[in-house]
Amino acid sequence: MSVKENTEFQPTIVAFCCNWCSYSGADLAGTNRLSYPTNVKIIRVPCSCRINPMFVLRAFQRGADGVILCGCHPGDCHYMEGNYHTRRRMTLLFSMLNYLGIESARTRVEWVSAAEGQRFVDVMDDFTAKITELGPNRRLEDLRCKKN
Amino acid sequence: MQEELIKRAVELMEDGTVNRVLGWQKGQFVYDITPAVFTSADELKENFVYNDFCGDNLSKYLKDETEKEGKVLVFLKPCDTYSFNQLLTEYKIHRENVYAIGIECYGKADVELLRRKGIDGILDVKNENGTLKIATIYGDEEVPMMEAMAERCVNCKSKKHVAYDELIGEDGEVLDSNRFDMVEKLEQMSAQERFDFWQGELSRCIRCNACRNVCPACTCEKCVFDNPDSGLYNKAAADSFEEKMFHIIRAYHVAGRCTDCGECSRVCPEHIPLHLLNRKFIKDYNELYGSFMAGAEVGQVSPMVDFTMDNDAEPSIVQKGGAE
Repeated sequence: MSVKENTEFQPTIVAFCCNWCSYSGADLAGTNRLSYPTNVKIIRVPCSCRINPMFVLRAFQRGADGVILCGCHPGDCHYMEGNYHTRRRMTLLFSMLNYLGIESARTRVEWVSAAEGQRFVDVMDDFTAKITELGPNRRLEDLRCKKN
Repeated sequence: MQEELIKRAVELMEDGTVNRVLGWQKGQFVYDITPAVFTSADELKENFVYNDFCGDNLSKYLKDETEKEGKVLVFLKPCDTYSFNQLLTEYKIHRENVYAIGIECYGKADVELLRRKGIDGILDVKNENGTLKIATIYGDEEVPMMEAMAERCVNCKSKKHVAYDELIGEDGEVLDSNRFDMVEKLEQMSAQERFDFWQGELSRCIRCNACRNVCPACTCEKCVFDNPDSGLYNKAAADSFEEKMFHIIRAYHVAGRCTDCGECSRVCPEHIPLHLLNRKFIKDYNELYGSFMAGAEVGQVSPMVDFTMDNDAEPSIVQKGGAE
């Protein structure tokens, strides 16, 4: 019996979610039985400002096709000002990636609060659709990290 | 100019104000000049040099020099004084251990530009009223100084000394330079063109780390690039990703602190225009968070950490994922 292989492109998406808002938001989506694309791999971080720009680049290196950062809404950060730092840092980083010719739509920052389960799903649906449209990440990949 | 500097340095050494001098030392050729510490008048007279090739920014060396006993005399060109201020802002140098002399600068020559004109085997270069008289083993050549001037000097951002104890020569003004022109040009290209441009430039990188070592903003005791666990440990890049990773991180680490002195591009043995990466960051935060010049004053707060909690506009770039 032959197994029918799905040859359609399935992107790998890394979502960094802050522990206090977005991760709980994802949790809420789960408890509400809302489904979001299985392409999204969530990594929990204590705060969105924990994300070193290198994490984003590393994710691309190890085969991610898109990276999304989720944090608390500005003003709601558990650590008062963490997400403001994230915003400044990522603004510059994304702008630099764009400058180097890496498709800018592969990276994004979104604010998702713990009460926004539906928003989390919407954001992930939208982002996954965008990345699927863009196709596999070719410009920031490490060939050694590819399986074939 | 050179004689004047030596004379003043010797005076200051003799009256005990300073016990050593940080300056430029003659190399084997007229254009390969190295920074050096001189401890006696004889050494100064013999080896000290100040000419059109003295591009080295001496402020970084103060980090180690001011840890030592006694005062050190340093010569700073206008752009070096910005780095000097930035290092003071970051508490990297002890101000009380430095005697800074600001010296005027009309732009420095880049020997690579001469070589590109096919001038080789250079024996001597003399600047006579804006014309470089070059003696080579193949005969004499003449090149206008403007044509041999390094890119960072053509687009000089300021002739004004922002820090000094004493000034030799005249103080200038902050200039309206066209230093962001090339960045703008790149921004207007398509993503594929930009990618190809940077691929071509960055793939020449041999990971010698010279850009990091010379950078006056890179003063961490322990650098991420020296950490074997970082994955960016000093080694030749294995593929195009690693080159980009290194250069993005290098430029990123100095964002908000880079004074655009252009040393990274000057020392690059592969002539990669690294300053274009730094300038992109400078241009971005100038546009988004208001004009900021690192090192213009001591104690400035970098735009990377300077925000008010209630009124920090949301740049569209984060939500849309970068500007198109």
